[in-house]
Amino acid sequence: MSVKLNTRQVGDVTVIDVSGRITLGEGSSALRDALRELVAKGNKKILLNLGDVSYIDSSGIGELVSGFTTVANQGGTLKLLSLTKRVKDLLQITKLYTVFDVHEDEAHAVRSFA
Amino acid sequence: MELETGAKEVLNHHYPSTLESVDVAEGEILKRAEEAGFDEDNRHRIGMAVRECMVNAVVHGNRYNRNKRVRVSAFIEKIEPAAAADSNVRFTVRITDEGEGFEMQEVPDPLHDSNLLRHSGRGLFLMGAFMDDMKVRKVAPAGTEVTLVKNCGPKES
Repeated sequence: MSVKLNTRQVGDVTVIDVSGRITLGEGSSALRDALRELVAKGNKKILLNLGDVSYIDSSGIGELVSGFTTVANQGGTLKLLSLTKRVKDLLQITKLYTVFDVHEDEAHAVRSFA
Repeated sequence: MELETGAKEVLNHHYPSTLESVDVAEGEILKRAEEAGFDEDNRHRIGMAVRECMVNAVVHGNRYNRNKRVRVSAFIEKIEPAAAADSNVRFTVRITDEGEGFEMQEVPDPLHDSNLLRHSGRGLFLMGAFMDDMKVRKVAPAGTEVTLVKNCGPKES
């Protein structure tokens, strides 16, 4: 299954629900395009819900990092929500877990943007 | 085919330099890994390492060149437990491209603070992290051969 993205608004926070695989090709480019579009529209508080992401490769990690810096360069913040064990492990061994602000609970994550 | 070392060759295929080949090769290796007795977590690690290696071969090695192929071979070898802790099966995957090659020492460390926010450059690191052993060497007349090894413990009854 390729990646699926659904964007919704919770207060002034834009939540992107991601499901499927974020890998080189369609998966990572879809995420890149979605983040760039949101930033271009002026969204500065973005929460990436990865709870239904079954697989992510180094290209997908690269897109998370690029998204993080793209949003930050526009004065915004990108945070992560609901990592699966495998994605969490991947971010830990690549030393990126502490770079991102990672949350388990959506309500708590949304409040953290205030 | 059984080699002189006692290892049994379970896959030997040449793939075109496309992203579709990455998925196909990963799938073929995962089938062999399951047959070798690896559990789901270890199959996931093997699959990720093979995917990263195939991407490197297709994208950076052969640069999507239609005239160049990626050779993927896999071997299963029964080993004595004393030779590798509790393991009794050694699963070896060898992936060879026809690219210009690279020097391992020139690959930036993705864990260095100055590289943490780089978009790319984590593939080789992940291969090494997910497998028990990894070797990279240049081959003649041109290309890079990556050997990935994963050991599998006795099956639980």
